[in-house]
Amino acid sequence: MSLPVDAFTPLQHELKAEVINRPSTTLWQDAWRRFKLNPLAMGGLVVLSAIVLFALVGPFFSHFDYKTNDLESVNLFPNWVHPFGTDELGRDILTRVMFGARISLAIGFGSVLINLTIGIFYGGISGYLGGRVDNVMQRIIDIIFSVPDLLYVILLMVVLGSGLGNIFIVLGIANWVPMARIVRGQILSLREQEFVLAARTLGAGTKRILMKHLLPNSVGQIIVVAALQIPAAIFMEAFLSFIGLGVQPPLVSLGSMAASGRLNIPSYPHSLLFPAGMIAVLMLAFNFVGDGLRDAFDPKMRK
Amino acid sequence: MSAAAKPEVILEVENLVKHFPIDKGLFAKGERKVHAVNGISFQLHRGETLGLVGESGCGKSTAGRTIIRLYDATSGQVRYKGKNVYDLNARDMMGVRSDIQMIFQDPYASLNPRMTVGDIIGEALDIHRLASGQKRTDRIYELLETVGLNPEHANRFPHEFSGGQRQRIGIARSLAVDPKVIICDEPISALDVSIQAQIVNMLEDLQEKLGLTYLFIAHDLSMVKHISHRIAVMYLGRIVELTSSSDLYGQPLHPYTQALLSAIPIPDPDVEMKRQRIVLQGTVPSPIDPPSGCYFRTRCPQAQDICAQKVPELLDRGSEHFVACHFA
Repeated sequence: MSLPVDAFTPLQHELKAEVINRPSTTLWQDAWRRFKLNPLAMGGLVVLSAIVLFALVGPFFSHFDYKTNDLESVNLFPNWVHPFGTDELGRDILTRVMFGARISLAIGFGSVLINLTIGIFYGGISGYLGGRVDNVMQRIIDIIFSVPDLLYVILLMVVLGSGLGNIFIVLGIANWVPMARIVRGQILSLREQEFVLAARTLGAGTKRILMKHLLPNSVGQIIVVAALQIPAAIFMEAFLSFIGLGVQPPLVSLGSMAASGRLNIPSYPHSLLFPAGMIAVLMLAFNFVGDGLRDAFDPKMRK
Repeated sequence: MSAAAKPEVILEVENLVKHFPIDKGLFAKGERKVHAVNGISFQLHRGETLGLVGESGCGKSTAGRTIIRLYDATSGQVRYKGKNVYDLNARDMMGVRSDIQMIFQDPYASLNPRMTVGDIIGEALDIHRLASGQKRTDRIYELLETVGLNPEHANRFPHEFSGGQRQRIGIARSLAVDPKVIICDEPISALDVSIQAQIVNMLEDLQEKLGLTYLFIAHDLSMVKHISHRIAVMYLGRIVELTSSSDLYGQPLHPYTQALLSAIPIPDPDVEMKRQRIVLQGTVPSPIDPPSGCYFRTRCPQAQDICAQKVPELLDRGSEHFVACHFA
């Protein structure tokens, strides 16, 4: 069978430069899109936001404060006036948990901010300079890493003395090592990428290469590590307060509440239950969010 | 290239050597090293395309990167406009940086994923303070059009483009500073064959329009033949043969070049059937411990005693046909 030529008509179309139909998305938008699809991470984020709200705004709606004793209502079980009950000095546990969560959040974010600063600085220099400088800096890190951090966190607290300010410093100092390693690894692998070489052939200086090319491409990894270090710092603070090296009365922390509640487990289990439960929920939420961030920024790492 | 008029030399490489130390530990003695580039010399004429071919690991990319001073040379000189670039201070080097540019191999790795296409191209303008504000935007649009991309795409990120489009962005970036010489480091080997032709044709058009000089590093012999005026063949960090494109393919003199050319498939089944391949024995020696004398002697069918004792010099065998072989 053959078709006559005049059965065909030329298709009318204009030649245009290629068009991209997909709306422009930044890497942040892509990461957020993946994060939203992860139910555990989203659940963690919701719980976390609730806790932040609870800790920051909650105390304004409470009729009690965290340090005033009320010896007429000692060791009350949860009731309508004191939803979480009261402790052995008659203080409202709900209010104290709010303040404790405040301290925990402050410690979590604050100490990570400190180790972020040290870690990026140290890791950035080590990775960018490379060679002998890197070698020496990494051996120093190896030495610090070989000492169990619990050991020197406790030693430092004993030397510096307990107190909120010192916890920030000690936890910041304790946790910068893994951050420095991650940053160094990122910088080291990015440094040899062709886009960095291209910037160098254009004559870009060290500052421009670090600020515009190397660090922005490490941000995802840095955020993931930071997000997973926050719960570690919170737990460490709770632990230090639990053994009496952390926050001192009248300031309250979830750890110190758990410590005093522990003595009354047989008769008044609620005084341990609520602070300990808060620590657990906080840790879980942070870890889920951290894992979600990791999957969102680097989908390949999921397995 | 016409042999009559003496061509103007724009870039001259003389005895360029680049070795990488391999023992890098804290207590390393630094004695063992990779001999990546072992004394190569050639001249780049204004307006020509010099192809630099060789198999993987023969040092051709290292040569390109050392010439543009991404690596500091172990020894030797690269003279641009008569001045050795390794002697220049930071300020004069900036001038050379805007004259010699590079196009990279991997279009997926050579663009910063966190920057928009406009900023990637604009960075060159920022560093060299060539344009700012509206002029910068106009120049970016103009460059995008030059390489056949839609200026509307300036606000998009590299991951939204295909490999060929990304390579065009890379080319636009290198053109932003008005370079005279472009080192093309395997600019097409990561692309589909149909896209390869597009990019090569565009590079040829740009050369004509802007009077560019290319050092075209590649391992695809038929593509190099198409684009190059002259071709240098590298083996284990040395140039073994350097001549015009037609001479090289017409009458290769070095046994390595002969073997290399015999490996090109011919797109004609009748001729292809009769194609005689010269199959080399063994593998390329390690660049950590290269053989004495001629590097190719371990695999050369014509090797004699003298090859182990004396390094063959790259000598002119008539009509600018340089060969480094004792028996050429």
